[in-house]
Amino acid sequence: MSTVELTRDERAVRQTSGPVLGMVIFVASEAMFFATFFGAYFTIYSVNPVWPPAGFPRLEPGLATVLTVVLVASSVTLQFGVRAIRRGRDRGLLRWLGLTILLGAVFLGLQLYDYSLLGFSVRDGIFGSVFYVMTGLHMAHVFGGVVFLVLVLLQGLGGQLSDASHDSLEAGAIYWHFVDVVWICLFTTFYLVGLS
Amino acid sequence: MAIVEPRTTERAPEPQRHWLVEWLTTTDHKRIGILYLLNSFAFFFVAGVFALLMRTELAEPGRQLVTTNGYNQLFTLHGTLMIFLFILPVLVGFGNYLVPLQIGALDMAFPRINALSFWLLPVGGLTILSGLLAKGGAAAAGWTSYAPVSEQGGAGQDLWIVGLVVVGTASILSGVNFIVTILRLRAPGMTMTRLPVFVWSMLATSLLMVLATPVLTAGLIMLFADRRLGAFFFNPAHGGDVLLWQHVFWFFGHPEVYMLILGAWGVVSEILPVFSGKPLFGYQGVILAFVLITALSFSVWAHHMFVTGQVEYPFFSATTELISIPTGVLFFNWLATLWRGRLRFEPPMLFALGFIALFLIGGVDGVWMASPAMDFAIHDTYWVVAHIHYVLFGGTVFGVMAASYYWFPKITGRLLGRTLGKWHFWLMFCGFNLTFFPMHELGLRGMPRRVADYLPDAGWSFLNQLATAGSFLIAVSLLVFLVNVVLTLRRPPDAPPDPWEGNTLEWATSSPPPVHNFDRLPTVRSNRPVRDAREQEVAR
Repeated sequence: MSTVELTRDERAVRQTSGPVLGMVIFVASEAMFFATFFGAYFTIYSVNPVWPPAGFPRLEPGLATVLTVVLVASSVTLQFGVRAIRRGRDRGLLRWLGLTILLGAVFLGLQLYDYSLLGFSVRDGIFGSVFYVMTGLHMAHVFGGVVFLVLVLLQGLGGQLSDASHDSLEAGAIYWHFVDVVWICLFTTFYLVGLS
Repeated sequence: MAIVEPRTTERAPEPQRHWLVEWLTTTDHKRIGILYLLNSFAFFFVAGVFALLMRTELAEPGRQLVTTNGYNQLFTLHGTLMIFLFILPVLVGFGNYLVPLQIGALDMAFPRINALSFWLLPVGGLTILSGLLAKGGAAAAGWTSYAPVSEQGGAGQDLWIVGLVVVGTASILSGVNFIVTILRLRAPGMTMTRLPVFVWSMLATSLLMVLATPVLTAGLIMLFADRRLGAFFFNPAHGGDVLLWQHVFWFFGHPEVYMLILGAWGVVSEILPVFSGKPLFGYQGVILAFVLITALSFSVWAHHMFVTGQVEYPFFSATTELISIPTGVLFFNWLATLWRGRLRFEPPMLFALGFIALFLIGGVDGVWMASPAMDFAIHDTYWVVAHIHYVLFGGTVFGVMAASYYWFPKITGRLLGRTLGKWHFWLMFCGFNLTFFPMHELGLRGMPRRVADYLPDAGWSFLNQLATAGSFLIAVSLLVFLVNVVLTLRRPPDAPPDPWEGNTLEWATSSPPPVHNFDRLPTVRSNRPVRDAREQEVAR
């Protein structure tokens, strides 16, 4: 092999796995997707003299705080799983991954329960529109993440994951953390901003 | 470190499958590239027929051919299909075929995602077109679908929304695929500063596809929520904001127009050096211009919204004018590449030169319109139609034709006929200017766009007749192209690996390339590896 000089940056990017790099770029795309909704939210917020508009209750952060704790905890458990497989402990991975999926499912269930307690719908005015569309799209992303992680779990149960080869898990973890961050932004925007 | 498994070069012979199954299930980037090109030209044909119908309707005052609602559907579908299903996919199609070859790779990074992002296109395109069968017809709110018009209308508008979400998803996936491919799969020695200019242009395009397309998807979801779920995003009566749609749409839309032109800039920057017998003047300047334009394209969107009176004029005017600086750098470098070159006026070169002339006019139009005072006078007139067509037809389509003549021998193993190619060029060049140059004057005389009819005493009739005649001349030129392609494909393959004395790696392999792309890869020591190899051969 002839001497081919690669810069340090080039070596670094070539050593990043394809699926992980692909997921990072995809997450950038998803970030623009949610950023558009936040841009829309604050545009609408700025054209309305009263916010939330008359007829909407101020949202109580109680149950949403529980939701936040559940989702953040699921990011932590998933990262424990990633650490386990990096050290070659695939039993550990399966346990942490199972727990993560469970927490994701709990989040979805609790959020539906939260929806059922709210006294307004998407049709009841602009606040209902932005609230349900934004949290609903986030919920769809959590659902997608759960499906992704279940597929990774099936790979793990089939013995296809090892310390040398677990790109699907690494990529899934990046996605899951991103969805977590989006929820924190949603929680802050809808439940905490303007709270006296 | 992953364990390298011993790879056998000989595979078990695969069972012979029907050619149709082979093509429908292929994950080979070259075949997918060809599918992209075929699909794009099919939609080009459909959208072109819509354009001819519009020009026929406008040939004289009064309504002859279509109803006003029918006319609205025609210009909506013409714009939507041309932009989302012809211009972008045809560039992505050339990218699919060429990027792995030009960087010396075996395939794209994610071949199956590549196949998925292609197949989503016909699905999305047909979804939009299927609106023609819906009650009330297809979408009729224009390709920009401004609220509140787009909040009304029947199922055709919903099909338009769904189709565009599908097409946008395809865009995002292929953008991710290109970026990973270009960053990770380059041949040894192919550093970023030795990357062919076309690959750089596709990298910039991909960045825009990844970062701007989701903004449109988000806007489309808001629109759909308003229409079908009873939400109020764009409804000011219930606290929404009607201008929000324009902001969201153009925040996507302006990067979108650079997605539609960057690839053509890349093509022209490949072709001019080859047919001038010189290196590209200022390679790094061209790359820097691509990068700057990509970045600036996110800061100019509200220049589409000057007449709303709700945007910051100095900011958006200044950022828009700023874009003319890197664009000027491109023009300077192209002309300097031609300067004192040994020019060969083969069809690809003719189209590339036509591109420079016409895109210059489109670009200068754009500089004018960036001035709010000027924009107030010409907003929504035929001036804007002239501008967009000088940029996207005079620019991108001439670039696409240059690419077609240039890479046809690589893709099919046959050189397109020269004489018919020259006829094609001159007919299209004359037809194009005849169609779109008068539209500048029509715009200045106040003719609004998107209207099916005009008064006989408005003074617009003669210029409209010129434009209609020109549009049919364009159609004739494209017929010449089609005849050329058909005649050429009936001949036996005769193209050598490198018919044009090219610079980049795709010319180092046979025409067409084998499934695995390269039997032997030349060493890459500059951004013109094939020329280096040719010179070494001569020196020996």
